[in-house]
Amino acid sequence: MRTANSKAPLSSHAPGARAETPDHGLRLNDGARVAVVGGGPAGSFFGYFLLELAERAGVRLKVDVYEPRDFSAAAPAGCNMCGGIVSESLVQALVTEGISIPPTVVQRGIDSYVLHTDVGSVRIETPLREMRIAAVFRGPGPRDVRRVKWGSFDGFLQNRVREKGAEVKRGRVQEIDRESGRPRVRTKDGSLETYDLVAVAVGVNSAALASLQNVVPEYRPPRTTKTFIGEYYLGEAGVAAVLGSSMHVFLLSIPRLEFAAIIPKGDYATVCLLGREIDNELVREFLESPAVRECLPPESYAGQSSCHCRPSINVGGAVRPFSDRIVFIGDCGYTRLYKDGIGAAYRTAKAAATTALFHGVSAADFEKHYWPACRAIGDDNRIGALTFAVTRRVQGAGFLLRAMLRMTSVEQRRAGEHRRMSLVLWDLFTGSASYRNIFLRTLRPAFVARFVWNLTVSILKKDRF
Amino acid sequence: MEAGALGKTYKSGETMMRQGESGDSMYVIQDGQAEVVVEKGGREIRLRTLGRGEFVGEMAVFERETRSATVRAVGDVRVLTVDRRGLLKRIQEDPSLAFRIMETMSRRVRTLSEEVALLRREEHDRPGPASA
Repeated sequence: MRTANSKAPLSSHAPGARAETPDHGLRLNDGARVAVVGGGPAGSFFGYFLLELAERAGVRLKVDVYEPRDFSAAAPAGCNMCGGIVSESLVQALVTEGISIPPTVVQRGIDSYVLHTDVGSVRIETPLREMRIAAVFRGPGPRDVRRVKWGSFDGFLQNRVREKGAEVKRGRVQEIDRESGRPRVRTKDGSLETYDLVAVAVGVNSAALASLQNVVPEYRPPRTTKTFIGEYYLGEAGVAAVLGSSMHVFLLSIPRLEFAAIIPKGDYATVCLLGREIDNELVREFLESPAVRECLPPESYAGQSSCHCRPSINVGGAVRPFSDRIVFIGDCGYTRLYKDGIGAAYRTAKAAATTALFHGVSAADFEKHYWPACRAIGDDNRIGALTFAVTRRVQGAGFLLRAMLRMTSVEQRRAGEHRRMSLVLWDLFTGSASYRNIFLRTLRPAFVARFVWNLTVSILKKDRF
Repeated sequence: MEAGALGKTYKSGETMMRQGESGDSMYVIQDGQAEVVVEKGGREIRLRTLGRGEFVGEMAVFERETRSATVRAVGDVRVLTVDRRGLLKRIQEDPSLAFRIMETMSRRVRTLSEEVALLRREEHDRPGPASA
């Protein structure tokens, strides 16, 4: 094994050092060393699937995951500033991969959504009435968590990658440079290691991204916007009584607010707001709006949050998130617009891992096999942006909202009714289907005809929800 | 922790899927056990017992046939349903997602081969009808 400060280039006979001829390209061979910088979901998924696929292919790899945070420690040390929803489609993909999220990590299983608007609300239930959405805390919980009752989701994934054989290193990565073409990872405590591949998975909220991106001059980080995430203590019984096992989403005509959700967790309710220039005034206006007070009365959480933050989220893809032997995955690469960030981390991490193992680790390999997965997310996000623009229009038009609520509630009441609007809203809020798929469904003649019918009836009957 | 239990719980003896019915999903056992039984000539033959992490009903994902067996809960069992259509779409995007299902099917073919060999040997070793 090479020592940390070894300057000698690897001999062509050393493990993992196959000659880099155009015929062979850059490959991960037996004994290759891989670093994953950042141990959130993207980093853990990458390490896990790389080791899993290598095991199947009979290739021995040494994987180091650099993550300074301890996810078993009380927040904010282990917090990852996230709404904490594992989507229905991701839960299903993970169990198919052999990863079942245990009840000791899932704060609450979600089986329904309640859509709140200025003109009324409607409950949308999953056709199977099965808990297939997981509400989790990425760390062990909010700042004032009294007792760690549930495990952290990031800690759970980190344990899985450790069980696969990766070594988790607590060092904080300060710099990545190259030595004879191979990336070197330098930590704050002075260690220096050379690798055959480095996967960067530091998200968009880490100060490290600015210093790590220099190693790929063509890389440009994604465009970001600020969100609000607040945790409100209700106690387990309080959460069950007030929010149940439903996620509550809000389409309200509050200026600057695009979308809001209240997610039930074990002892807490997580409030997530998306919009422009989210400040205390906007948060107060949201919490005091009639629809929110009815759903989450101030007395249920003693009128104040346990902790809150304003993390950045990725709202545009990175430019060229790869080069020879380096790949950016998860939020610092590409993610889905507003939804299913953990699902996007899974997709980009797995695409990068399969590329690295089965095709190679050159920029050309990532461009050919990894980049299409990123581009597919980016293309879908453009349709997502259009969908959210339409949603914003609907938000401000009471008659459209009433028609939407009527169509949904009729579908939910009648057994055997085609659940067109319910499924569109379900997939839009849960992140369970691509924006393209959702958008195309709203253009189908049957959907349009039903909506126009409900719009007419709603106007004639002067609906009140 | 019950609030965080994903999937659906079937009570002991409850049928999760029935032989002969059409199916558009597979199940992954999250907790507990389930038994797989086949009805043949009015008799019920127990094929195997499944435990945590195991797939059942995966054949319905790949072929449009009716369920080949009945699956029942042995004690309380919690399972997560995986939709056929969504899974096929994901496999089309990422074929490696099917590795574990193929592994399960491969293991079952191996077990079946061993059982067929055993039955044929028993048949071969069985004394024929006594000659007159």
